[in-house]
Amino acid sequence: MRNLSSGPARLAFVLLPVLLSLLLAALLVLSVGREPLEVLQKIWQGAFRNTRSFAGVLNFWIPLSLASVGLYVTFRAGLWNIGIEGQILAGAVFSSWGALTFDFFPPELAPLQLLLQILLGVAGGMLWGGITGVLKIWLGVNEIFGGMALNALAGVWGIYLISGPWYPEGGSAQQSRPFLDQALYPALSRDLPVGMLAIVMTVIALILVPLLMARTRWGLQLKATGNNPRSALLLGVPVGRVAMSAFLVCGALAGIAGSYRVMFTYGSFRPLVAGGIGFLGLLVVLLSTMRPFWIPLITFVFSAILAGSTRLRVSLQLDSSLAGVLQGTLVLVFILFQGLRQRLETRRSELNTEDAPAAASGPGGLLG
Amino acid sequence: MNVELLNTLGSVVANATPLVIASIGETITERAGVINLSLNGSLIACAMAGFITARVTGFGGDVNAIDMIASAEAGLAAGLLAAMLVGALIALIIALASIELRLDQVTVGFILTLLMADLAQFLSQEYTRIPGPVVPKWSFPLLQDLPILGPVFFQQNVLVYFSYALVVGVWFWLFRTRPGMAHRAIGERPEAAYARGTNVNRLRYLYVVLGGALVGVAGAAYSLHFKPGLSNPPAMQGDGWIALAIVIFGGWHPFRVVMGAWLFAALRAVSSDIQKNGLVVLGQTIEFNFVLLNGLPWVMLIVTLLLVSSGAIERLLLVLPRPVQRRMRSLLRSDPPRAIGTTFEVE
Repeated sequence: MRNLSSGPARLAFVLLPVLLSLLLAALLVLSVGREPLEVLQKIWQGAFRNTRSFAGVLNFWIPLSLASVGLYVTFRAGLWNIGIEGQILAGAVFSSWGALTFDFFPPELAPLQLLLQILLGVAGGMLWGGITGVLKIWLGVNEIFGGMALNALAGVWGIYLISGPWYPEGGSAQQSRPFLDQALYPALSRDLPVGMLAIVMTVIALILVPLLMARTRWGLQLKATGNNPRSALLLGVPVGRVAMSAFLVCGALAGIAGSYRVMFTYGSFRPLVAGGIGFLGLLVVLLSTMRPFWIPLITFVFSAILAGSTRLRVSLQLDSSLAGVLQGTLVLVFILFQGLRQRLETRRSELNTEDAPAAASGPGGLLG
Repeated sequence: MNVELLNTLGSVVANATPLVIASIGETITERAGVINLSLNGSLIACAMAGFITARVTGFGGDVNAIDMIASAEAGLAAGLLAAMLVGALIALIIALASIELRLDQVTVGFILTLLMADLAQFLSQEYTRIPGPVVPKWSFPLLQDLPILGPVFFQQNVLVYFSYALVVGVWFWLFRTRPGMAHRAIGERPEAAYARGTNVNRLRYLYVVLGGALVGVAGAAYSLHFKPGLSNPPAMQGDGWIALAIVIFGGWHPFRVVMGAWLFAALRAVSSDIQKNGLVVLGQTIEFNFVLLNGLPWVMLIVTLLLVSSGAIERLLLVLPRPVQRRMRSLLRSDPPRAIGTTFEVE
């Protein structure tokens, strides 16, 4: 490995972390007295056994991809949008309000109702993202802490709703009453229950957002703001407004993700609807090293692990948090290897290379 | 003073203890110029390690055992030690990634916070909702008889007394000793400290690992003291994030940090009291959905950070009479260690 930037070396720094994290996960599984290969097989079956289980994968892939592509925007602007969980939840709350309120719509107007509910979700996500943005940009509250607090507040709000206003008649305070059919994304087919409309929106977002980032003035301004807000400001970039736009775009995408969770996955509102998907999106973008074409692939693999692990408790009495352990280990080891590669490169050339991937060094200024 | 109020204050101090220890540990870390953002996950992992070790050592290996077969003290000591080890190990990963690999501390800390929470949940599934050793109450001789102070502060347990000693000790260390000055210097001006012959990175390793070990104690304080045992979701929920905010609110100063932690615990006590007994103001029972009170600590987190973010404070101060302004300013100022989050490299 003379040149660490060469193809094979690069590949090694991607493959080694994958193998190493699989090995670590295998050791963990062994330590609780299970067969790693059996666990892997169960996860595979849980994801790809038949078309219905594959639909389960896609039903994670849709919200996770939407969240990740939104986070790609905020990361570009140098922002740690940890508040994404709350933005998903706020989107879900707003969509659910629509679903529970628009009962009077005649079924013929279902498409209009669907559109309204999705727009409500977008509004909810943008509202929550916007609050984080205002707190960060104009009131100096760091987005990590503001976002975390807003996540928790959205959670409290959700619990309040199902324990009060949305308490189902004769039900328990776990979820709202189920939505009417006209309030749900239509399923593609019985064998492949996924919301086709949501897939279309996700694919559009996955193509359009990176394109906008690469080709427009807005994208350029975001990048400048993320790289160095001070010099961007000196160059005449309206840094505050640009950062705000990043929060709003991400919030809007997170809102759609939230709407999908309630208007398809569950068909009712429940407080844990975000379920860590937003946090996982942050890991996805870190793993993509800010190369957006990797995002749909990573989200697909992560979704397969997620969907595949949901039945581990039934089949092997293992906690489904194994999925999170596997994903977290992979990202941690990968980032460590990225750092190692860069160290070796700098040491070798004694020059400061500029093309270091942004995510590995991360957006700057925690307390700035 | 009435006994009930003293009891409440005493329990506030007891309940604040994990928060105090965690945020003082983080203060030590951040004063050296490194952020350990993994706090929330670390606390969960350390609570898990502490409880399982204490349980296995104190109760024997059988998960279904109810009777203590070994000594509870040995179990508690082993649990604390295990939790400290886990906390130190997580912190060591952050130190290595930051110092050797120049990786962003926030990135690594965030990944660790998610990973550790999941890992703890995975490993603790057989140990949730089972009894284990609990740190016993031990009233402090002589001091426990003090009026007011006795019942509030000195009829507690060893962990609580440790938190007092920690606060005073860390303050003395940072502001009254020579090595403490070097400790602050590597967080403020590492180049200057280096020029004076301080080995910046070696000291950073030391303080990050030490801070992590204290986070470990705090984690064990949850599962062996605050809410004994393990549960899913974990008892500390978002306390790691609150502890991180308390450090900022406390201006990286041990005394203000402990005040912040007690304030949060008091707020929680008030809101859980209202949820239990209802709210009566001026003889009128006020009706509303008390679930909303769970949002209070988070609202307070935002408000306190709003206040310490310099702009807001300055504007508020201008309203006050001039002589008060200066004193309030020095009291409320909260400047982060200047080199926080950066890496230090010898040119």
